[in-house]
Amino acid sequence: MEFLSDIASLINSTLRISTPLVFAAMAGIFAERSGVIDFSLEGKMLMAAFVAAVGSYFLGNPWLGLLLAIIACVSLSMLHGFASVTYKGDQVVSCVAINILIIGLTTALAAAWFGQAGLTPTLNEDQRFLEVNLPFAESLRDVPIIGTIYSDILSGHYIFVYLAYLSVPLVFWVVFKTSFGLRLRAVGENPSAVDTAGINVFAMRYKALAINGVLIAFAGAHLSTAVNANFFREMSAGRGYLALAAMIFGKWHPKTALVACLLFGFTDALQIRLQGVELPAIGEIPVQLIQAIPYVLTVVLLAGFVGKAIAPNAIGQPYIKER
Amino acid sequence: MVSPILELTNINKSFGHVHANKNINLTINKGTIHGIIGENGAGKSTLMSIVFGLYQANSGTIKVNGKEINLRSPKDSIINGIGMVHQHFMLVENFTVLENIILGFEGELVFGKNLEKAKKDLKDLCDTYKLNIDLNSTISDLSVGFRQRVEILKSLYRGAEILILDEPTGVLTPQEVDELFKILRSLKEEGKTIVLITHKLIEIMDLTSEVSVMRQGEMVGHTKTENTNKEQLAEMMVGRSVLLRLDKSEVKAGEVLFSVKNLTVKDDLDVTRVKNVDLEIRAGEILGLAGVTGNGQTELLEALSGIRKVESGEIYLEGKKVSDSQNFLDPRELKDKGLAHVPEDRQRMGLVTDFKAYENLIFGYHDQQPFSKSSVLNHRDIISHSKKIMEEYDVRPQSPNLITSNFSGGNQQKIILSRELNENPKVLLVGQPTRGVDIGAIEFIHQRLIDMRDRGAAILLVSVELDEVLSLSDRIVVMFDGKIVGEKDNKNVTDRELGLLMAGVV
Repeated sequence: MEFLSDIASLINSTLRISTPLVFAAMAGIFAERSGVIDFSLEGKMLMAAFVAAVGSYFLGNPWLGLLLAIIACVSLSMLHGFASVTYKGDQVVSCVAINILIIGLTTALAAAWFGQAGLTPTLNEDQRFLEVNLPFAESLRDVPIIGTIYSDILSGHYIFVYLAYLSVPLVFWVVFKTSFGLRLRAVGENPSAVDTAGINVFAMRYKALAINGVLIAFAGAHLSTAVNANFFREMSAGRGYLALAAMIFGKWHPKTALVACLLFGFTDALQIRLQGVELPAIGEIPVQLIQAIPYVLTVVLLAGFVGKAIAPNAIGQPYIKER
Repeated sequence: MVSPILELTNINKSFGHVHANKNINLTINKGTIHGIIGENGAGKSTLMSIVFGLYQANSGTIKVNGKEINLRSPKDSIINGIGMVHQHFMLVENFTVLENIILGFEGELVFGKNLEKAKKDLKDLCDTYKLNIDLNSTISDLSVGFRQRVEILKSLYRGAEILILDEPTGVLTPQEVDELFKILRSLKEEGKTIVLITHKLIEIMDLTSEVSVMRQGEMVGHTKTENTNKEQLAEMMVGRSVLLRLDKSEVKAGEVLFSVKNLTVKDDLDVTRVKNVDLEIRAGEILGLAGVTGNGQTELLEALSGIRKVESGEIYLEGKKVSDSQNFLDPRELKDKGLAHVPEDRQRMGLVTDFKAYENLIFGYHDQQPFSKSSVLNHRDIISHSKKIMEEYDVRPQSPNLITSNFSGGNQQKIILSRELNENPKVLLVGQPTRGVDIGAIEFIHQRLIDMRDRGAAILLVSVELDEVLSLSDRIVVMFDGKIVGEKDNKNVTDRELGLLMAGVV
């Protein structure tokens, strides 16, 4: 039975840890399907974490914090669009600039407002999101199998966890079953075809970036106002890049990107679980080695298995109408 | 009773310093096929892009059915019944036919009822004009001819009454051209108006009832097609009289200078693109290699010039083996042995377009006297050589210091040709010598190739322009799916026969 509860807690952690990755990967899909590279998921996630924590601290309501985070992230996406869509700058450079800006900005603002470099005050229960217990979770706990699945795995997560997994079918539906999705995919493949169909290429890319900003804000708020109760320096810890890798590994497709996010989340959950554990025949594995697993996996997956991932055809290219 | 459906008055358009359209006036009558002819860069495509709303004119008015309209984007044009089939197709390659056609005209936010209606409407359109398109096939699986039909269907579905086609036949086989013309004629019978942009005189004579000629951004003439002829049109296009038929002496073929035995070549994706090809080219003859783009000509040419590895088979130069799968000479060694190569893709392989003309004029020979001494370039001699050769080959403008990308396509080609021909090669491999080259320069380039032949060079001419192969070659081989599927003496062969071979029918 201990084995079963180990598995249950591993799956539980996987779902939680994958949440910001899922939001970020879905955000990335919108930007990149429209033909705009988004390396700035990392910076935007960090920005959202900071704004959500600060907003919630001052306004006393985590939902208001989330709203401010959305506004901040959409603004950053618009900045990226302004530089790389309207002014046709290099998209990667624009992203790197945003990432560097946010690392510095969050640290400096935290120091200016709270006197501690890169740290915001701890949020109380009213100022943060709490775990959601699904109805009947307690009473069903003792039912074999169903109880484990429902009460130990599915129940007791933060609202963001549920939203993240609901966002995947929603993104799939928007991208593949609506006219907006058709235009979105077309604009990333052949913007000229979209232009000659009488659709404004630039407006399409800005819309995609706006959705991208909303989605990535959820990832950041999850980090600072749900799983943690404050913002700390560089708390996104490479999740934006990891999500980007998951998106590429998932071939810019929401379902496969979800699988990749869960895979990364699982290795991370596994490394936490393995820390300090004596394995038979091997003994205790050094923490550093275990912590490297998700990153090593990223490199291996991207180098070995994604050889044939085909990016949207027009990705990274600004649309130039007249010769 | 003819009534104008499209009237353009005093259209002007500039790109930076280039005045692409100067005071253009044009009237197109309803239910006609109207040809617009002119050389590359004459401003035809720019003008039609303005009519399609893709570019905005700097000044001038456009009337459709007598009503002045303001075209800010293609949407405005489409609403006014104008459709355009672009030279480079505006299709999303990994979308289905259906997805491409409804793009922008979905009629609903979430796919459902309208999608079904669109399918039905499209089937009806396909039947009416005998387009024979499967709506569910993916564009990347379709041949070029079918992709073009998808473009036509797309315009019709969007309600086009005026259909503009920009150089529609450049990529088609003669049979596909016939099919296209059939479709265009049936469109005309249904009352649609067609504007055909082309630089091919024969298409104008074949299909149109009225023709307008553009030259250097200006409209230089309008006439009924029945009142003119090819020679007259060519003269209007170029601004001087042009020799349409090449003067070519009888072939005096000598010994075999270049031969290929059982050659097989793979491409970068490890797909076999050239299959057991045998060729022989004699001194003083031009061997034309015809075929639809993508049937292995590119890989063959690359293997022959030493750029691509030979999978199996042998290549002989002057009777001596130069390459097989084990040992091969690189392009430079081949060059030293008297083989010159004018690559198909001049901007990617023939030139460094960001470099100055004089640099491109000596590439490959830059380490030889007098261009360099002990590894140091001799600038003065290079410039004087460049000036001389640019004059000889009529490269315009004659400025060796100009960046190569600023030259027109024809002049870029002349830069490559002058570089390669200047060394008097024994064997010359030329790929698409006149692709994107205007008619005046074509005449010049063709004459130079004939001169080379008459001086005893063995020339392999690879071209997708059947007219070019027919007018230059002494013998013609046709390549289909990597194999040589036929060889003809160029005395009594017709383009129909070659077209069938090119399509793999025979």
